[in-house]
Amino acid sequence: MGQGPVGHGPSGHGPLALELEIPSDVGRIEPVVAAVVRRCEDAAFPDRHIAFHIPVALTEALSNAILRGNGEDASKSVRVRAAVDTSALVVEVEDDGVGFDLDACTLDPTTIENLGREDGRGLFLMRRLMDHVEQFRGSGNVVRMILYRRSSDDRAA
Amino acid sequence: MSFTVKKANDVTIFEVEGTLIVGNRQELKQKVIDEIEGGARKVLVDFEKTTYIDSSGLGVLVSLAKKIRESGGDLRLANLNDDLQTLFELTKLDTLFQISESRERALESF
Repeated sequence: MGQGPVGHGPSGHGPLALELEIPSDVGRIEPVVAAVVRRCEDAAFPDRHIAFHIPVALTEALSNAILRGNGEDASKSVRVRAAVDTSALVVEVEDDGVGFDLDACTLDPTTIENLGREDGRGLFLMRRLMDHVEQFRGSGNVVRMILYRRSSDDRAA
Repeated sequence: MSFTVKKANDVTIFEVEGTLIVGNRQELKQKVIDEIEGGARKVLVDFEKTTYIDSSGLGVLVSLAKKIRESGGDLRLANLNDDLQTLFELTKLDTLFQISESRERALESF
């Protein structure tokens, strides 16, 4: 398992840990999201995290991995590792792509010139809805997201 | 997830049940395009039964709004729950779309 700059990835064990591997098919996203959400429900995450922050951010990460990282190549898989406890969700999404510069690729979709674009909102939403997002090289290209379990009233979104 | 098409006078209503995300956005897009090509000009997407929308779903709505406008029509939205409202506010798409709090108000607005 890759260890990124923050140095605390999913533990890979424990009752609320999850490791999944799916083919590069966007039709496989929802069951993965549902599995991660279930674990966060078990850990009593706030409703807004369960219904909004986690499903949207994780769907974006999986979509990027399948469509951009793996180019929808059916021979390539996406690996998902998640660890949930009473303090946080840490989830990693790994693809076989070459990776990307997170800051350079994150657009501001709210500017006048970008507002009418059909694309370019995914990374922006991931970074607004999760507390921490980073990208690094593991055995593949890894995006790690962290969401701390606290009242969603504390968040702007 | 599923998409249901209904008519109320000259307004074509699309109900989105479940998610509107990368895996099903094309289905909604094609259904709306089929209706536009069939003559629909006033289009309402009702999110009362929608759980969540991702950036691909938002992108399809932006794309359809352009297409309908080019056809001389109008796309409006209704029934965003608090989370969906936040999603539109975060992305400032609440400034791009006319959004009503209920289907009835949306129908009145056309």
